[in-house]
Amino acid sequence: MASEIKQGTLDFINHLPILQVITPMLIAPVLVVLNNKTLSWLLSFVGALACLLISVLLLQAVSDGSTLRYYLGGWVPPIGIEYRIDAANALLLFLISMISAIVLIFSYSSLHAEIPEDKHTLFYACFLLCLTGLLGVVATADIFNVFVFLEISSLSTYVLVAQGSYLDRRALSASFNYLIMGTIGATFFVIGIGYLYMATGSLNMMDIAERVSQLGQNRTIQAGFAFIVVGMGLKLAMVPLHVWLPNAYTYAPTVVTCFLAATATKVALYVLIRFVFSVFNYEDSFVNELFFLLLMPLAIIAMIAASVIAIFKQNLKKLLAYSSLAQIGYMLLGLSLMSQKGLASSLVHMVNHGFTKAALFMSLGAFMLNTKNIYIKSLKGLGKSMPFTSAAFVIGGLSLIGVPGTAGFISKWLLLEAAIEAGYWLIAILIVVSSLFAVIYIWKIIEVLYFSERAGSYREVSVVTLIPIWILALFCIFLGINTSLTVDVANIAADVLFN
Amino acid sequence: MPIELLIFLTVFTPALAGGLNLFFSKNPNVRDTVTLLGALLTFYFSANIFLGFDGQATQYRLATIMPGIDISFHIEPLGIIFSLLASGLWILTHIYAIGYMRGAKEKNQSRFFFFFSFSIASVMGISFSGNLFTLFLFYELLTLITFPLVSHKGSSEALRGARVYLSILLGTSIGLQLLGIIWIYFSIGTLDFVRGGILNGSFGSLELMILVGLFAFGIGKAALFPFHRWLPAAMVAPTPVSALLHAVAVVKAGVFTVLKVGVYIFGIESLSVSGATDWLTSLACFSILFASLIAMTKDNLKARLAYSTISQLAYVVLAFSLANSLGILGGALQIITHAFGKITLFMCAGSIYVATKKTNISDMQGLGRVMPITFLSFLIGAISIIGLPPMGGSWAKWFLILASLEADKQFVVIVLLISSLLNIAYLLPLVAKGFYLNAEDQKEIESYKEPSSFVWLPPAITASISFLLFFYVGYIRDFINNFGLVG
Repeated sequence: MASEIKQGTLDFINHLPILQVITPMLIAPVLVVLNNKTLSWLLSFVGALACLLISVLLLQAVSDGSTLRYYLGGWVPPIGIEYRIDAANALLLFLISMISAIVLIFSYSSLHAEIPEDKHTLFYACFLLCLTGLLGVVATADIFNVFVFLEISSLSTYVLVAQGSYLDRRALSASFNYLIMGTIGATFFVIGIGYLYMATGSLNMMDIAERVSQLGQNRTIQAGFAFIVVGMGLKLAMVPLHVWLPNAYTYAPTVVTCFLAATATKVALYVLIRFVFSVFNYEDSFVNELFFLLLMPLAIIAMIAASVIAIFKQNLKKLLAYSSLAQIGYMLLGLSLMSQKGLASSLVHMVNHGFTKAALFMSLGAFMLNTKNIYIKSLKGLGKSMPFTSAAFVIGGLSLIGVPGTAGFISKWLLLEAAIEAGYWLIAILIVVSSLFAVIYIWKIIEVLYFSERAGSYREVSVVTLIPIWILALFCIFLGINTSLTVDVANIAADVLFN
Repeated sequence: MPIELLIFLTVFTPALAGGLNLFFSKNPNVRDTVTLLGALLTFYFSANIFLGFDGQATQYRLATIMPGIDISFHIEPLGIIFSLLASGLWILTHIYAIGYMRGAKEKNQSRFFFFFSFSIASVMGISFSGNLFTLFLFYELLTLITFPLVSHKGSSEALRGARVYLSILLGTSIGLQLLGIIWIYFSIGTLDFVRGGILNGSFGSLELMILVGLFAFGIGKAALFPFHRWLPAAMVAPTPVSALLHAVAVVKAGVFTVLKVGVYIFGIESLSVSGATDWLTSLACFSILFASLIAMTKDNLKARLAYSTISQLAYVVLAFSLANSLGILGGALQIITHAFGKITLFMCAGSIYVATKKTNISDMQGLGRVMPITFLSFLIGAISIIGLPPMGGSWAKWFLILASLEADKQFVVIVLLISSLLNIAYLLPLVAKGFYLNAEDQKEIESYKEPSSFVWLPPAITASISFLLFFYVGYIRDFINNFGLVG
């Protein structure tokens, strides 16, 4: 193992980047061999905890602005594959590992309601592969490796979404739809990589970046960039390439929805960020124009239109899915401002929204465990019979709206500040308007929860189910009061990416 | 006790009392006694802050969220006055609420008292906020916590009213106020309240005018036209809520924020030099007259009082817009005297409702003779609102008139006089009809009597205080002047 940064080949910290990715990958086949439902849950959970531990260590190691590099098989880049961890992806690795650990606690008590028991082992194996893919996409500094891991995560996601078919057969068509769209996206992405390789002859991000700056204005590279933006636009559900998302979120099992909503689209956005700043030249006029003329308007349309659509949805999972589209709009908007503040706000919102949306989807899942129904009417009066789940939902909802004291407020504050810094007053007002729409659709649910007559007699879900929900809800508050984890790291990350 | 501990206790005690409400929900007597104790303690703590105040405006930082954005507290004369007012009136309102909620047999009483106590906690947080961010935090909290109180009845009418309430209050604060706060933070880098303001000429005159607008409209709780609709809508709440929250705590939190932002963020000096508030003076005058005229058309007593409140709140916005020290003094006095006057009126309206289930003024003829204490209290409160001696309210108007002369805006004086006449026209007929006219069915009227002493005593007390304020207003003026708020 050659490492230029830290001496000593057995130094544990040097191997963390690869351990982060292969831990879940190695556990996945073991589950299939053991074929035991409880054991596979336990092993997945242990794996997720190990990932979490590794990601925390990584975050600590790079939170001073340094970079950890790992050469796969000892091959020095640009020949070999390199894993590179800096503040930006360490933050994402932490988010993904944390959410997966929390989601796995939830699945222990909720999965049997949605998937037949003999399929649990395969489910967990798929889940771990999906986790591997997401972590790999984030950790690697090799663009073809990004594609490989993206496909690992996507293929396992299609399977995971289709698992919802035991409750509702529409999950199959949702999954198929996602498969088609996702594959088109991946194809665009790989074509883009091909163009880059054609022009530069390299797959390593740093290496390409150097050669791109030497080439100057180059049609091949611009075409490659355009393909990559469209491909990732599909994966991150940028309006109007979003059509796969609402159905996939709605019909997937709750566990999967929580996990995807909190991580998958963020990872795709991260790839876009990484390409803009570490592969291409963000000061390039083509990149800037593309963001200013194309992505920014699309982000604003998503912010407003998806919020308005969410108001009229009766199916709660769909409502939250459309709200996710709007929130992705915020993140894309922050990025397209092309400023350090905007980028930081985008990164912060990835984490904050990850926890917020997971809390909302998970408490929704807890309601569904009781009511077996995802329509708003089924929640009537549950505020009284399921006080703890409802309270967690309210906290998540307030964070989504961006009430001060919650995580959502911090990201909204940063985004507004970035918009004002750039002098876009109109955009600042549109951000505010969009969050007022969030008030409407969240409040619609809260009213039904607390101020309608009880529809049936339900009991509060078990403590095991409540624990993960409340971990997420408390995160929504904690991240609104202590921002050293999010804002400070995101500022360092934005600094690293800009220089 | 050290000041920071006292500040913490004033915020924490009502919250704790609220939590205990749920704990003792099975036993209403214990629950209500505990809350009463909480109210007394909160008042005791804020009185201690008042007594221990030496004019030093130290910032007590609790937590730093981002650089320049802290949760921090400080004490200054306006905040002390507001906290004393809210915690003192909470004691009386709580006693009244016990009688009212039981008398009117309202459901979900524990939930009601739980949120009631919590809203007082956030009012305490507002009064001692050390910067705009903390103020905004508690301001939003107050909106959210009072929502279940407004929608308490759970009927579709109550829900509709509560929706208007929430959407206007959240809409203005997120849509306008937050923008203003971020703009200031972006330009200045701090949000701390500092005597004399923090803007220091960083904003041009047009920008300053926009910023004033963002706050004047963004502080929706001040109910300035055209964002006043929430106040009448909130009248679907049980009367104790209308009395304490929508005559005192919530609306006063609004105008208190207006004054506080004026004095400690804008700075009255720079406001008066730049003339950025001139347009606001006209708008506030319009709001005063407009709301009074609408109040005259309302037959529902609570609706009439709600519009009267809108009109009276605009006095404080007017005080801010005059941008001189006499105006700020007049505004502070208006906060105090209107609180006592209006809470009296609302509690009287509530006791009429508990005793007779009547809500319309036209049905109340002849009622004064069977409920003399209630109607006398109403009369005293009304005179104080109108601003006639010998009631406290007259001083607020006095200083406002002086302030408008000092600001060289004579038309304001005329507006204030017309408004007083309008107040007479819509407040006093109730008392006159109650005492002098006979109802069509006087037998039915005579079957009513004063409700329990829990209900009629608190308004009698607040009415007496309105009267006493007339003689002791000098102390308040000295308190504000001595500590250099406006000197």
